[in-house]
Amino acid sequence: MEVYGVALNSRLMLGTAQYPSPAVLQAAFEASGAAVATVSLRRESTGGEGQAFWSMIQALGVRVLPNTAGCQSAKEAITTALMAREVFDTDWIKLEVIGHNDTLQPDVFGLVEAAAELSAQGFKVFPYCTEDLIVGEKLLAAGCEVLMPWGAPIGSGRGLNNVHGLTRMRHEFASIPLVVDAGIGVPSHAAQAMELGFDAVLLNTAVARAGDPVAMAQAFGASVTAGRMAFEAVPIEAADTGSASTPVLGKAFLS
Amino acid sequence: MSDFSIFGAGVAGLCVASELRARGASVQLIDPAGAPGQHGCSWWAGGMLAPGCEGESAPEVVSRLGATSADWWAAQGVAVTRRGTLVVAPPRDRTELNRYARLTQGHVAVDAAGIEALEPQLERRFPAGLYFENEAHLNPRDALAKLVAPFDVERELETRAGRRIDCRGLAARDALKALRGVRGEMLILRCPSVVLTRPVRLLHPRMPLYIVPRGEGVYMLGATMIENDGRGHVRARALLELLSAAYAIDPAFGEAEVLEIGVDARPAFSDNVPRVVAREGTVYLNGLFRHGYLMAPVLATTAADYLMGGVKGELLRED
Repeated sequence: MEVYGVALNSRLMLGTAQYPSPAVLQAAFEASGAAVATVSLRRESTGGEGQAFWSMIQALGVRVLPNTAGCQSAKEAITTALMAREVFDTDWIKLEVIGHNDTLQPDVFGLVEAAAELSAQGFKVFPYCTEDLIVGEKLLAAGCEVLMPWGAPIGSGRGLNNVHGLTRMRHEFASIPLVVDAGIGVPSHAAQAMELGFDAVLLNTAVARAGDPVAMAQAFGASVTAGRMAFEAVPIEAADTGSASTPVLGKAFLS
Repeated sequence: MSDFSIFGAGVAGLCVASELRARGASVQLIDPAGAPGQHGCSWWAGGMLAPGCEGESAPEVVSRLGATSADWWAAQGVAVTRRGTLVVAPPRDRTELNRYARLTQGHVAVDAAGIEALEPQLERRFPAGLYFENEAHLNPRDALAKLVAPFDVERELETRAGRRIDCRGLAARDALKALRGVRGEMLILRCPSVVLTRPVRLLHPRMPLYIVPRGEGVYMLGATMIENDGRGHVRARALLELLSAAYAIDPAFGEAEVLEIGVDARPAFSDNVPRVVAREGTVYLNGLFRHGYLMAPVLATTAADYLMGGVKGELLRED
């Protein structure tokens, strides 16, 4: 897939928070084949102090996508994005403007405002949004070239809460890269998103907090590949009645 | 001349000094900062001997080998409180408790009445918890004082050196390049109106925290885990997280006096497993991460087995 003119060799994007150790994080990335690593400027503080962590992320050899996790207003997110650009030396930014403390639902008004400002300043914005079509349109008008609707609340592991809405979104924005971001719990959720035609999935908790993060990362890598293959292979439509795959007529013995 | 010259009088240095001395070796301790104190991260530790709980995020070897540590500390004459660990989660984070139970061993499930029976202070605020019956805790500063008592800590090497043992923690990064610092922030509170008799861990998806009783109404509240080695001032966010956890465990903590705020960086290897490294005549004990009091006795016996018997234990690496 291609985002902002950059070809990515995997449709899996992984977060870098909450792993049991840096060694497990590294092994999980390797096992997953993920092409993009999201990093939080806030949590792993910066400057000289966080250098060891940042060096380790750089050594993963994947594209770095800093995020504005935890920001609750457009202004805060813009400030964080500007700092992230300095620290991580990239104009990519995963834009999160959180509107609700319990569900971590995005504040779509602040999101559109921040996306317009950051796009004007030359950022390549990856907005964490909902499946609302109008919000999607406003984000594209603000300069975004990719949309990242949630599957379910961040960290909840509930999968795709609104399959119908996500399907509509896929049809509506047929030529725009769409990434399901947040709420993925198990590989079947990721495969489902890919089967619906989404271009990629982004997840963190489901791998980092699994009992064996490395094995789970590998499972996710495989499920994303399987889901995409299935989408490209054009799945059958679900039907209301059974239809035998082997014709009954002409069988040697009818019993 | 002593048989061994140990550099660093933190928990690692003191444990290996005690272990070697107990086996009949002569030992000298060298630390430019002197006896244990605020300069070392051993001072700021929680002092939990919780091999079961640590299994939630630590590799299996830590839980397995750490299981003997409470006995080691007790054998040194250190007061070890064996009242287990209580793990609770607020009703909305019940799923965290299920996850914790799946990833750890040595616990029994307790309901609200069971929690109240263990710690009446908690009443029935938490609907479910896990009780790790075989765990223990100690007061780190008392433990350090007990171990350092037989030794004179030299500020610099005054006599000819014996075999060099390096326990300098993060300062050993000049030799152990893979070491990194993991920042931790903690508080010491005094709140006589709260009576808890064992460590209580509060699960939360983003900030699991614990409270360790130190006696006489004093509690250690810890600890943040941040991937950087800064030792600067405590951050407001950390204080908010720590205090809100205390408040969630018992609202009476709202009236606590804040006696101390501690900030330091834990030395860790990339897999967060502590180890003994033997290289070019020097033996290093390092990477204790958040398992200082749990794993320092294990590293100390590993090092002593190697130095005095040539035994290569599970956590020994020869470079």
